[in-house]
Amino acid sequence: MTLRHPWQVSIAIGSTIVAAGLQLMIPLLLGRAVDETQAAFTGGAAGAAAEEALWMTALVLLIVSILRGLFTMSQNYYSESVGHHIGYELRLACYEKIQRLSFSFHDQVHSGDLITIGMLDLEGVRMFFSTALVRVVLLSILIGVGAYLLLSTDLLLGLVALSFVPFVAWRSSVTQLRLRSTWLDLQERLSVLTRVMEENLGGIRVVRAFAAQLHEMGKFDKASKSALSLAHERVGIRVRNTSAMTFSFFLSMGLVLWFGGIKVMAGEISVGTLASFLTFMTILQMPVRQLGLMVNSFARASTCGSRLFGLLDLDIAVKDAPDAKPLVVTEGTLRFENVDFAYPAQEARPVLKGVSFTGRRGETIGIVGPPGSGKSTIAHLIPRFYDVTGGRITLDGQDIRKATLATLRKAVAVVQQDSFLFTTTIENNIAYGDPWAKERRIERAAESAQLHNYVLGLPSAYGTVVGERGVSLSGGQRQRLSIARALMLQPAVMVFDDSTAAIDAATEQRIRAAMRKYAEDRLTIIIAHRLSSLMHADQILFIENGEIVERGTHEELLALGGRYKALYDLQVRPGDDVLNEVQGAAQ
Amino acid sequence: MSEELETERNDVREDGRRPPRAVVGSHRIEEEMFGKAFDGRIVSRIWAFVSPYRTQVAISVAAVLVFTGTQLVIPLIIRYAIDNGMAVGNPNAAALGWAVAAFAVTILINFGASYVQETVVGKVAENVLFDIRRAMFEHLQRVSLSFMDKTEVGRLMSRLQGDVNSMQEFLETSVLSVGDIVLLFGIVGVMLWLDFRLGLLTLSVLPVLFIVRIFWLPRARKAFMAAHETNSVTNGALAEAIHGVRAVQSMDRQQVNFTLYDDKAHANLKTHLTASKYAQVMVPIVDSLTGLAMAVVIVVGGSMVVNTTLDVGVMVAFLFYIQRFFDPIRSLTMQYSVMQRAMASGQRLTEVLDVRIDVKDKPDATVLSGEMDGSVEFRNVTFGYNPKHPVLKNVSFRVNPGETVALVGPTGSGKSSAMALVHRFYDVQQGEVRVGGHDVRDLTQESLGRQVAMVLQEPFLFTGSVFENIRYHKADASFEDVVEAAKAVGAHDFIMSLADGYETRLEERGGNLSLGQRQLVSFARALVADAKILVLDEATANIDSYTEMLIQKALIKLLEGRTGLVIAHRLATIRGADRIIVLQNGQLIESGNHDELMAQGGLYSKLYNLNYASFDDIPDAQLEAAVENGSQT
Repeated sequence: MTLRHPWQVSIAIGSTIVAAGLQLMIPLLLGRAVDETQAAFTGGAAGAAAEEALWMTALVLLIVSILRGLFTMSQNYYSESVGHHIGYELRLACYEKIQRLSFSFHDQVHSGDLITIGMLDLEGVRMFFSTALVRVVLLSILIGVGAYLLLSTDLLLGLVALSFVPFVAWRSSVTQLRLRSTWLDLQERLSVLTRVMEENLGGIRVVRAFAAQLHEMGKFDKASKSALSLAHERVGIRVRNTSAMTFSFFLSMGLVLWFGGIKVMAGEISVGTLASFLTFMTILQMPVRQLGLMVNSFARASTCGSRLFGLLDLDIAVKDAPDAKPLVVTEGTLRFENVDFAYPAQEARPVLKGVSFTGRRGETIGIVGPPGSGKSTIAHLIPRFYDVTGGRITLDGQDIRKATLATLRKAVAVVQQDSFLFTTTIENNIAYGDPWAKERRIERAAESAQLHNYVLGLPSAYGTVVGERGVSLSGGQRQRLSIARALMLQPAVMVFDDSTAAIDAATEQRIRAAMRKYAEDRLTIIIAHRLSSLMHADQILFIENGEIVERGTHEELLALGGRYKALYDLQVRPGDDVLNEVQGAAQ
Repeated sequence: MSEELETERNDVREDGRRPPRAVVGSHRIEEEMFGKAFDGRIVSRIWAFVSPYRTQVAISVAAVLVFTGTQLVIPLIIRYAIDNGMAVGNPNAAALGWAVAAFAVTILINFGASYVQETVVGKVAENVLFDIRRAMFEHLQRVSLSFMDKTEVGRLMSRLQGDVNSMQEFLETSVLSVGDIVLLFGIVGVMLWLDFRLGLLTLSVLPVLFIVRIFWLPRARKAFMAAHETNSVTNGALAEAIHGVRAVQSMDRQQVNFTLYDDKAHANLKTHLTASKYAQVMVPIVDSLTGLAMAVVIVVGGSMVVNTTLDVGVMVAFLFYIQRFFDPIRSLTMQYSVMQRAMASGQRLTEVLDVRIDVKDKPDATVLSGEMDGSVEFRNVTFGYNPKHPVLKNVSFRVNPGETVALVGPTGSGKSSAMALVHRFYDVQQGEVRVGGHDVRDLTQESLGRQVAMVLQEPFLFTGSVFENIRYHKADASFEDVVEAAKAVGAHDFIMSLADGYETRLEERGGNLSLGQRQLVSFARALVADAKILVLDEATANIDSYTEMLIQKALIKLLEGRTGLVIAHRLATIRGADRIIVLQNGQLIESGNHDELMAQGGLYSKLYNLNYASFDDIPDAQLEAAVENGSQT
């Protein structure tokens, strides 16, 4: 990935090398300055020359400092830039992938997990490229070259000065890894706490209704204490190690002072050399500690990366076949031919078995059946949210698996049971499938869906923001909005998937009347519990356990006297009858 | 119609124009990120949470001071070692020995102090954090429901998490910044003490830094905030794509959305690069100033050494101090924005903590005993969420022990409010609500809750097993009790068909059960609670007919031997009641049993004669007509 930004990466690494070199010069220059000062102090001709040299050293030091600053800036900026560019590319890839992955994937993966991958994991990978790569270069140069300089100046003193490095590097790596694993645990416990709070606040009426505040505080305290004790443990781990690391650093500094002092007294090294040893140690202290952070960053990047790239590498279950052609709608005839289906997660449990039916333009098909019988599945198969596991579905003779998804989904609109509102204005929500739409069309769709009058009553009418951060709509209003949304499209097949459950019967009646004209041009499929929603259909299918057990018009099915008739009786009988039966059964 | 739109309905046009109505994510930024850097009122509120840990805070401040002191001393020891131990021509082994010994003692103290300081600060900060969160959560358990009604859960959660967490950073760093300030002044002081003139000269680079910072800070902060903002906007758009993926795919919006998201992600890239420039531009400035200060020490200090007005050791010590000098300044400027953030969060936290508790127990509140008769009475009750617009007007009725009363009326007639008042979710403005012969305001809420069980329209279940959910109200209920209750309401069969029977874990809000099943579980829950009075809001949503039968049967079981107040939608439920009370516009207009009301020929009989299975199915127009006729008679 870094290869995609070759010049930025080269600049970052080049700057790092130069900056590290300049950094290493500073202790040497300081040491020289101290020695020159002492030489000048001793006086004599050498002394006068040393005084001259002192000016020179000061000037060089100033220039080196400035250059170091500039190269460090360039190093940091370009490495961050590489990270940000990579982050940008990953964001796009991740977004595109999530958008394209099929329903079967989204059914199985919690949306919270996807958010974690798309935000936190992506950030972890980005940070790695932003900082860790350049740090590796910087650290190896600082420690490598620095160690060489020190050891070549004075082997013993060099060894003493560097003695803290392995200890600190080891401790900080171990600590960071431990902190990381406890961090993951802590996140886990905090998410339990979050859930306790979220549920409590969401269900506050139940909590109050059962006077369960004490019980709830108990749940909260339990979750809270378990998180707190781990948080304390983390503080302990962190502190024990930073203190130990600082101590080991100062310990070797003390030893350098001691041995170095003896050597200075013995005349083996100069005071300046000692000063440059000490300065060098100060410079090295920070990066060595960061070793641990780097190890952490590697660990994080590898877990984050494996999750992120795992997502990006996923196969999309429902996609265009290699030889896919645009769907050509002529007659508008939809045919289910012996369709079998089972969800990928539960292949052993067939949801649909040998379902066949045909619908033509201008017709209405009603589908009814007990919960879990497979009604909604039929709705999901037509736009290929899932692929059939047996048989085939055709639109004007073309197997829908051979058509491109984009053209198929233009030809099929599904009004979902639970409609999602986007955080934007009502008009943009209605025009979601046709964002070039003119205002007039939007209003007309809203009128047909019996939403227009309600919208006009809102503070900014069609400009009112709805959704997560906007005005909240009731279930029925949302369903009406999603009907309006579907009316904006001009599909050949329109499917209502139990999408009027929260709308009262009378409003539904009015919606149907308003749609009559619209329905002439397409096939309408209505899936519902309420029989009044689909009694008028040209063909009614009664589904049970994934099979069509009865089919015909309303009258035919009533005459048949089977399951449909039983359901009809239950729904239209006056209250007295039901009551008697229920009471009879209860006794 | 509009055939021209058919072709390229969902794409970005060739000229690169975006569809005018297409947006991804929300553009709205929720709230202020930064407040004033210091707000005395908020600090004192936070202090109230810190003050239980006063001793620890004092210890840690002391430890910080000691720690900073040792850091200041170390260069001095080095100086002593150089000047006294390694003096040119006059080496002194004893002095070096002393210096090394002093060094050893100092670093031991440093070790101890840093250990104490960081442990104590870290733990206290965590404690305070959890205390604040607990206080808020506990407060939310008691604030009036009208507050909870109008506040989104998501908003409260961001108070309880985001805002509480940004206090953590503040708490942890504020003790450390005490150390920074001490270190800064300490270095300045020691340098001036070692050599006043050289110290002053070295410090002269400082104003330059301050001036640069003054120009840099506002611009940089703007850049950082812009980066923060675009980041949350981009993440918001991603979250929306995840949550709405089914809608996106079914309307084939992937292509447009990707283009729009690219715009956002690209804007985010740009603001981050800008922010990065601002952050990095300070590096060469600080480095140059450090270099300048060191050069000054070398040239001026060097000539002073030659003139014997300065020891070499002092010069070395200066060089050491200069290298540490800019650290506290850097972290103090960082601390500034941490404080601003903390103040903004603190403001929001105190808002939550300050929400008034309207409904609370009287000091001498009585405990409602289980032996009470179970009667419910409304005496001239007037109540409104907004007192100016009462939703119940002078309503009086009595439900006798063991009786089931159905509350009936069009939407907005005040049924749900009446029900909430029995449990004292709100206090009435006039009149009184009496349970078991006591005004509910004279009872403890706890004991009232024990005797009044409620079943809400939208059955809310908690994450946990079915078993735990059913015995929610009675933590000591045995497994047998739970099974018995489930059998009684007809939930046992479907529970046993779940993967782990009663131990099956329910997902968030019982998502893995159907609405009807959740309803049955909530009935079982109410049955286990075994309260004298049952208040029930029947679900209006369409439930499949089979489950509907189960629910009707369960209802009869549930109301057996209890006083029942039911907001009824289904005719079957209404017919099963002993008495029917009809509310309209907050007033009680009819009351009596089915036959009496039918004989009266009022609103009830009109509605009934329309012959719908549920009052909710009556079309608005017919309902309006009935209401008009009803009120005329």
